[in-house]
Amino acid sequence: MTRITVTVDGVSCTDEVEPRMLLVHYLREVVGKVGTVVGCDTSNCGACTVHLDGRSVKSCNVLAVQADGHEVTTIEGLATNGELHPMQAAFHENHALQCGYCTPGMIMQAVDLLKENPNPSEEEIRVGLEGNLCRCTGYHNIVKAVAAVAASSSSERSSV
Amino acid sequence: MIPASFDYLAPTSVEEALSVLAEAGDDAKVLAGGQSLLPILRMRLNAPEKVVDLGRIEALRGVRDGGDHLAIGAMTPYSDVVANDLVREHAGLLARAVETVADPQIRHRGTLGGALVHADPAGDVGAPVLALDATMVVVGPGGERTVPATEFFHDLFETAVGDGELLTEIRIPKHTGWGSAYEKFVRVSHQWSIVAVAATVRVEGGSIAEARVGLTNMGNTPLRATAVEQALVGSSASGLADACAAAAEGTNPPSDLNGDADYRRHLATVLTRRAVQKAMEG
Repeated sequence: MTRITVTVDGVSCTDEVEPRMLLVHYLREVVGKVGTVVGCDTSNCGACTVHLDGRSVKSCNVLAVQADGHEVTTIEGLATNGELHPMQAAFHENHALQCGYCTPGMIMQAVDLLKENPNPSEEEIRVGLEGNLCRCTGYHNIVKAVAAVAASSSSERSSV
Repeated sequence: MIPASFDYLAPTSVEEALSVLAEAGDDAKVLAGGQSLLPILRMRLNAPEKVVDLGRIEALRGVRDGGDHLAIGAMTPYSDVVANDLVREHAGLLARAVETVADPQIRHRGTLGGALVHADPAGDVGAPVLALDATMVVVGPGGERTVPATEFFHDLFETAVGDGELLTEIRIPKHTGWGSAYEKFVRVSHQWSIVAVAATVRVEGGSIAEARVGLTNMGNTPLRATAVEQALVGSSASGLADACAAAAEGTNPPSDLNGDADYRRHLATVLTRRAVQKAMEG
């Protein structure tokens, strides 16, 4: 067993883990962050996407021991004071989910995408989400939701 | 899927990593970004007794200006390579190829050096590194040696990096002012190349003065299309098709569900023409 300390959604967690434990299993089974889901288990689908030191990663493709000393943000850490993150609200408003399974990963990757490119074209949104699969094939409204967040934050910027 | 048990070692310097590897013997696996290794461990295609994680060695990250070349630390993540201004200015071909690797999440974790040592012939880093005449810095118990990219790739998943050795740095001669393009043919956007072509050219007065062309997934290793490079010298944009017709000469592409060898040979000539054309435009 290896002792690790990881900051998860702002809370410092210290645990003894087996080195072979995947970050996604650590988050779900040890820390209790079940908002992050296991989808394909082959690092294709992106459902398990979280932020590691502010950058999106597939948490089924990272060992928990590799996160030792680092900061993880999951879908459960996005909302502040009970208020949805703008990307969560936009997914809700634009009906950007059907079965909902890909949603935690989609939202985490969409947040990362807008951080790197605050004003993406539709094609840039689609390419930015290339590592996230929606099994309902409901991509249209997902792209719409991301575009809506980009548009509202750019109008906020121009009105300042 | 969960990997088999292993002991985890996380050295914080290259020296410590080398001594850990020497002690571990031949049943240790080196972990770079893990984006190829972790799927392999999860599917239990490999079950090493020890995993040596290079992620804590800060000295292996980053891009340095070495005067006539760029020195890229082996543990530099793909996304840092793509975003780096020095890389974009002096080794544009590398940025163009690396930005097509997998998806953003993988590019945040996966590393240039890890991918080169993994040496998957369908991976996108070998062809540009070959085409740019890179030199690999390899350290081991006997000290440091340099290996030209042309001698680095030995076979499928095999490189010049031996047991107990590490790739620490990739040195790329500056190709300032060269145009470049990476033409990748895939069925699904974040998958491996069926075939891809890396091309970089120096244009003088509307025709090609120098050309470098690398091929992805046209054999057991990434390949350099030297016959095409020679044929391209003196070509203008309208005369590319003839020079690119020889792109598949001397290659030995695989046949699989995505396409048979003949199809890949055809793709190689088409993608080479497109890549060179784009590279001439900038």
